[in-house]
Amino acid sequence: MSFWKYSSPQYFYPLAKKLASIFFVFAICLTVWGLYIGFFVAPTDFQQGESYRIIFIHVPAAWMSMFIYLMMSFWAGIGLVMNTRLSSMMAHALAPTGAMMTFIALWTGALWGRPTWGAWWVWDARLTSELILLFLYIGYMALRSSIEDPRRGDKASAILALVGVVNVPIIYFSVQWWNTLHQGASVSFTKSPSMASSMLSGMLVMALAFWMYSIAVSLIRVRKIIRDRESNTGWLNESKGAG
Amino acid sequence: MNNAFWSLLRKELLLAVRQKTDVVTVLFFFLIVSSLFPFAVGPESNTLKLIGPGVIWVGALLCSLLALHRVFEADYNDGSLEHLILSGEPLTILVLAKIISHWLITGLPVVIVAPLIGIQFGLPPQSLLLLLGTLLLGTPVLSLIGSIGAGLTLGVRGGSALTSILILPFYVPILIFGAGAVVADLQGLTIDGHISILVAMLCLSVALAPLAIAGAIKIALE
Repeated sequence: MSFWKYSSPQYFYPLAKKLASIFFVFAICLTVWGLYIGFFVAPTDFQQGESYRIIFIHVPAAWMSMFIYLMMSFWAGIGLVMNTRLSSMMAHALAPTGAMMTFIALWTGALWGRPTWGAWWVWDARLTSELILLFLYIGYMALRSSIEDPRRGDKASAILALVGVVNVPIIYFSVQWWNTLHQGASVSFTKSPSMASSMLSGMLVMALAFWMYSIAVSLIRVRKIIRDRESNTGWLNESKGAG
Repeated sequence: MNNAFWSLLRKELLLAVRQKTDVVTVLFFFLIVSSLFPFAVGPESNTLKLIGPGVIWVGALLCSLLALHRVFEADYNDGSLEHLILSGEPLTILVLAKIISHWLITGLPVVIVAPLIGIQFGLPPQSLLLLLGTLLLGTPVLSLIGSIGAGLTLGVRGGSALTSILILPFYVPILIFGAGAVVADLQGLTIDGHISILVAMLCLSVALAPLAIAGAIKIALE
């Protein structure tokens, strides 16, 4: 089955470049469309006025921060269990993007909280658990970079990522389990959404755009990691010499 | 539990009894750190009563962090950890023995001394009892989760600072519910939820942490 050959860094390397270009194009188009909806189509909010429009960045970033952590632990787990290099490299590539998304979610949340709640920060369940998520990402990257042997580093950081995955459901369900200042779920699989449909569609388009961007940038980053770690292989030196 | 578990536990406790400095250092660190706060915020009794449970819990947490290096490091350096892995006994059981002995040496003294510090902060007797109880439930979890960090960073540069960054995010929920129980009780709220979650965390970590630690040690000694 020729599909499995892409689990080898050698064959994945050129595929990643092609895929990254496609995902970047999608990301740019979706961002333009999403921001258009966000700024020109979605109406002014009754209570919050124009300041609510940061939702088109805040919510997609928050969704991506949780999703990327799940993906990162998935690939790290695969690398740990099946002893595949490329899986661990992918996990390593996802981490900085996830950390950035978490930071954007926290930062835009603070900017939004100031005019609406009157506070830059409150110690409620969702904000605290999202902050812990940022620390988990940083811990993962710190452990990975402080272990010199790449294979040992892969496996050790995989264990760390898997232990931390319990935090993601806590973030997601925190607004149900605790009395929090943060808004509850407006979008669910089982009920109709409690916001205007143009706002919802703008948010979903931006979420898709963030997703495409995350995939594209992680593929570029995994190419760099492959170049670093496979630098003594024949196929890499040949391709460098050729192109 | 088999012979290996009990003999390892006995050996660790014997070593600790022969070299009491470990216990005493951690205990004195706890006393000093807890005393720093009245110096810093002033001796006003209402303030101290408010911050008391939190300060004592954070002190216990820092003690746990401080003592982590002695769980595996000495054995890693002189090769006995490798022997434990090669012995053929289930590594999770041996790891559990090491952590229980670690907690008995560094965690339990802190738990016993904590109510005395609580008196210094002016906490009422019911709070002292609750403090004792929550620390008794929480410090084993701190030892178990902290040992995951210790196992992952065996022989790595950056040592204890790196371990701290790795495991402090996991310590936060224990701190929230442990200190939160005492604070809530002082305010007259029910604490059934807090205690239940602390017990749940203890059960989960006793069941799952040895697996993670055994995995981490095997990775470190490949």
